Amino acid sequence: MRLASKLIHPPGGTCQHTGAVHVPIYETSTFKQDAPGRNKGYDYSRTGNPTRDALETYIAHVESGRHGVSFSSGMAAITSCLMLLRAGDHLIATAGLYGGTYRLLTQVIEDFGIFSSFVDTGDLAAIEAAFTSSTKALLVETPSNPLMRISDIRAIAALAHRRGALLMVDNTFMSPWLQRPLELGADLVIESATKFLNGHSDVLAGLVSTNDDGLARRLKQIQNAVGAVPSPLDCWLLMRGMKTLAVRLSHEQASAGRIAEWLSRRPEVERVLYPGLETFDGYEVHRAQADGPGAVLSFVLGDGLNAGTFVSSVSVWTLAVSLGAVESIITQPSRMTHLSYPREELARLGLSDNLVRLSVGLEDPDDLIADLETALDLTRKPG
Amino acid sequence: MAMATRKIGSTECVHSGVSTCETTGSVAPPIVHSAPFTFESIGAALDYLEGRSTRRQPEYGRMANPTVTCVESRLAALEGAEKAQLFASGMAAITTLLLCTLKSGDHVVLTSDCYKRTRDFCEGSLSKFGVTTSVVAPSLEAIEGAIGSATRLVFTETPTNPFQYVVDIEGLAKLGRERGVLTVVDSTFATPVYLRPLEFGIDLVVHSATKYLGGHNDLIAGVVAGRAELVQPIADLLATLGGICDPTTAFLLGRGVKTLALRMARHSANGQAVAEFLEGHPRVRKVFYPGLASHPHHAIARKLMLGFGGVVTFLLDADREGTARFIDRLKIPSLGPSLGGVESLVEQVILFGYLDIPPEERQRLGVPDNLVRLSLGIENTEDIIADLQQALNDV
Repeated sequence: MRLASKLIHPPGGTCQHTGAVHVPIYETSTFKQDAPGRNKGYDYSRTGNPTRDALETYIAHVESGRHGVSFSSGMAAITSCLMLLRAGDHLIATAGLYGGTYRLLTQVIEDFGIFSSFVDTGDLAAIEAAFTSSTKALLVETPSNPLMRISDIRAIAALAHRRGALLMVDNTFMSPWLQRPLELGADLVIESATKFLNGHSDVLAGLVSTNDDGLARRLKQIQNAVGAVPSPLDCWLLMRGMKTLAVRLSHEQASAGRIAEWLSRRPEVERVLYPGLETFDGYEVHRAQADGPGAVLSFVLGDGLNAGTFVSSVSVWTLAVSLGAVESIITQPSRMTHLSYPREELARLGLSDNLVRLSVGLEDPDDLIADLETALDLTRKPG
Repeated sequence: MAMATRKIGSTECVHSGVSTCETTGSVAPPIVHSAPFTFESIGAALDYLEGRSTRRQPEYGRMANPTVTCVESRLAALEGAEKAQLFASGMAAITTLLLCTLKSGDHVVLTSDCYKRTRDFCEGSLSKFGVTTSVVAPSLEAIEGAIGSATRLVFTETPTNPFQYVVDIEGLAKLGRERGVLTVVDSTFATPVYLRPLEFGIDLVVHSATKYLGGHNDLIAGVVAGRAELVQPIADLLATLGGICDPTTAFLLGRGVKTLALRMARHSANGQAVAEFLEGHPRVRKVFYPGLASHPHHAIARKLMLGFGGVVTFLLDADREGTARFIDRLKIPSLGPSLGGVESLVEQVILFGYLDIPPEERQRLGVPDNLVRLSLGIENTEDIIADLQQALNDV
């Protein structure tokens, strides 16, 4: 079955008992047992819930994995994956990754004796150089958020495995519709399912998939012990959203391509960061590992233009954090999603106040372009 | 001698009907959102359609839904009914019931003090199909006097809205049997915790489940319950008319019913205390609450019912503007229609449904400008009374 069909027909999608074509929403905390310890497959919803099970089977199915594990947010998914490590372990992470992940690594996980090096993972030699004898895992975003830095998943997987480390890939910008890191050798693929997978700005969830039975067992244990589980209703809404992932993202990607081209021709725009542009650094690597450039892009406004004014001047775009929704979202990362970084670190990364991130939704691209044009006009005007 | 309804409490509210999911043990019914309900094969479909299968779920969600069916089983148990059917709203329940049981040439007897849209439907929509309606006072004598050879159905609320008259439903049931007339009671104000009309021999009981049954001001639903031979044709017509209850609403309703007995006790305590407080207040002309000795139907209410709920209707000693000022000064109850939720609500009765009617006609319908209906929630009694006190000071 091809992926678009797999997205519509998850295994066991039809209810065996009633014929319902959707999984029931089991809003229950506990399950009645026949005798102590003898139950019908479930005892408590933190440990397992039929609606959540269906979601976990579904995500594994579309990520080309054997196991799926779900969490209450993308950050809960990343946190749970990091709990596979122990004090003294070292992590290599993509420089300039999402501010929430940076905050987790530098302000929380470090307290437990797990230290991270932030490295340009688009540069294999830099990764190699960052390895220490205690490096146990790599956490890679590709494309990275918001600089769209491309990392070569196949090559990094080979390097990581040669050095005995796990490769975790945060695939949020692509979703399995466009990129399936497990097929490229990653050990774990992490999705903030809040974004493209759900796609409707109405659920927070995180998903992890793997082909490794041992890692899956350990993650299920962490999921149950730590308890950051998604609610049955959120699981159900997420599955509902996933059914339209292919049509949504394909449409959004086509619009993003047009918007990227348009921005590239604007004199006010210094640089467009989008792996769909042939001139973009990483274009070839991305093309070799993904089925498309996606629907998120960033661009740098020229000197003298105030990005804060620009992002506040739109009317069709929604000024907000998050991405991957049916609504187009515009963000100024340095002041919104990456606040946890020290200012000097942002400057070093090239993550300036002039950087704007776009997540293209389902609106007519002509409306989106016209809105950006109006906002550029308003930003150029003095005063 | 009429006997009050058998007491039912939280045990019944929590456990009656199908309560745990047989396939997983889930203690809450799963919410099954599905339009079609598929079959393994043509053979399996034929087995179902020709009655050879153990499957109970029809092929399409408009005909039945597993979550809805589960909640219906709980409501049927609470009402002492063979079968209950949920609807998209109380009005969907009432209109489907009437459209199912009546035909051209039939006559309906309706009691005067009832929800305006029920009356409008009978006098307006049903008259288009050749059904005639008599509207009479909510008393057994008046109802009996209106029954003629073409009378097919008597519909009354008890307690009525908003004056809370209580009809002798045991007498009504007997009358219905003698005269071959179907008796229907809208029991929204009483709930099965306080009154179970079917136990007195009434044929069908109707609720706006939006009110006390749901209890949280967060859903809209209706229910009809009674003998299967009467409810099944209504369910069949519903599958055609389509005013069905959705599974999430049914789930929330079933969840609300679990605390019904607890909530009713609090609603009633607030109702009685507030009714007594208002009755003793110089700025209040008259209070209508069946728990007050001054209510014209207090004796029959005490005989039939186990409690009186949280709706208190009263006439303020004020004109239209003074009444509006009083309501606007209230801090705890929100201004809005509906009733029966945990949050208190208040309305100037003329506001919702009567504004387009001239004042003289409103007066004739018994809905004067200074009529206020309070639906007391489960807030602290002293807080509610203090709030009423401060607002009354301004009248």
